[in-house]
Amino acid sequence: MVDHSSSNVAEPAPNHQPVVRLVDVHKQFGDLVVLDGVNLKLRKGETTVIIGESGCGKSVLLNHIVRLLKPDRGEVYFHDQRIDNLPERELAVLRPHFGFLFQLSALFDSLSVEENVGFPIAEHTKKSRKEVASIVRRKLAMVGLDGLQDKFPAQLSGGQKKRVALARAIALDPEMVLYDEPTTGLDPPRADEINELILKLKGELGVTSVVVTHDMASARKVADRIVMLHRGEFIFDGTPESIARSNDARVRCFVEGRCAADVLQTLHEKGQT
Amino acid sequence: MERVFSAVGARTVSSVSAFGQFGLFAWQMIRWLLTESVRLRTWVRTMPLFYEVGNRTLPVIMITGTFVGLVLAVQSFDQLKAAGFEQRMGVLVSITLVQELGPVLAGVMVAGRVGGALTAELGTMRVTEQISALTVMGADPIRHLVVPRFLACLLLTPLLTFFCDLCGSLAGWFIAVHLKGIPSNPYWYYIREAIELWDIGVGFSKSVIFGGAIGLIACYKGFHCRTGAEGVGRACTESFVVSFITILVTDFFVGYFLSGLYRGIWGFKSLV
Repeated sequence: MVDHSSSNVAEPAPNHQPVVRLVDVHKQFGDLVVLDGVNLKLRKGETTVIIGESGCGKSVLLNHIVRLLKPDRGEVYFHDQRIDNLPERELAVLRPHFGFLFQLSALFDSLSVEENVGFPIAEHTKKSRKEVASIVRRKLAMVGLDGLQDKFPAQLSGGQKKRVALARAIALDPEMVLYDEPTTGLDPPRADEINELILKLKGELGVTSVVVTHDMASARKVADRIVMLHRGEFIFDGTPESIARSNDARVRCFVEGRCAADVLQTLHEKGQT
Repeated sequence: MERVFSAVGARTVSSVSAFGQFGLFAWQMIRWLLTESVRLRTWVRTMPLFYEVGNRTLPVIMITGTFVGLVLAVQSFDQLKAAGFEQRMGVLVSITLVQELGPVLAGVMVAGRVGGALTAELGTMRVTEQISALTVMGADPIRHLVVPRFLACLLLTPLLTFFCDLCGSLAGWFIAVHLKGIPSNPYWYYIREAIELWDIGVGFSKSVIFGGAIGLIACYKGFHCRTGAEGVGRACTESFVVSFITILVTDFFVGYFLSGLYRGIWGFKSLV
């Protein structure tokens, strides 16, 4: 049962048409059910944060939105076009509408920063080298890294890699940017830099964003809406303010960073034996 | 008993499924190869791989060819002399290298040095989500990563085989002339007399097949490796083992087919 603590965000407002819709999505790996009939509408210009414990299927859900994974059952729509059953060649035309920041940055080791950020531009447009270089400079300036064009990923810090990957994700001015654990592995100030960049990109480019994280500080800062995934289902859908008032024990445990009572009891019992 | 059947059944399904996956992978690669091989950017992407596959493998191939040639010459001399054919030692060394050992040894060296490196590189790209990043950006990973690597292996294995054959023949000549006292002219004369274009064609065909198979297997194993350092390591080992077995099995069948074809067209050929 989804906790709609803030009922004003559960259904899209008329002026907030969903960019992406997931309808009754099921995904299973072997015997492990990861998504069990998930329904989600991602509204234009909104930043939706998906939270949930490690291994609950947040990244799997994100991978369904960009069709890195196909659902076993259910449908995924981009605007009104169904994309879960689209052939890869047709899907390639839609791909520039999505930017994706990977958990490990996923920069190409053998390419320089300039080539990495320019890669999607060269792939999808017929712009000259000069034009590509100019766009790359602009995008790197947006993430505060102009001047690092000639460096290689191995020469960058973790935070710089994330920012270069973000510059690459927005190189084609996508309609939607997806962030997979954007602050994982970064120290708090660097993590906050990424949060600020997510807010900046939303403000400057008006992108629709989906952020997968288990970092509640980050979630509270960047989210317009928070949804919580638990054992393949959403158990919360509301605003950052309303999540603190949730009565669901599972949500409260996660938000407050507490171990669930039953798990705690088991741990203590095991300690005694 | 039920458990045994279940395990055998699961293993069979898994093997058939893996074979099907490999077939699909090969088919997708061939489709991209047909459209991409006429584009300049494909060759621009392939050039650094030519260096990696060709230049950096050449020394080990030359050393291998040289020592195989030396061993063949030393081992065969006494028997040939006993039969009075020692002046034809070059024929034995060269025909063995050109038709069999050259392609097989070059193939094994490429599988070990290049195939393993390609699997490790692509496996690491898979583990660090770089292959997923390509897909998300609408850049087909098979077109970007597999086609250039396949082309490099396909085109350079025959060239490396040529160097292996050349070094082996020269090493045989060194033993024959400088250690066993055979005159230089007969050594080369009998080689020219015995080695036909067909023999070179057989070796060339084998090396092309081996090169293509190594490239495809290495890329497939890299693309489908499991997560973590252990997954990449295991993929590299599997890549070499599968390539090695493929080389030996293919060598037999191609050799059997081509020798039958030769006999069918021109009849038996004596080398003495």
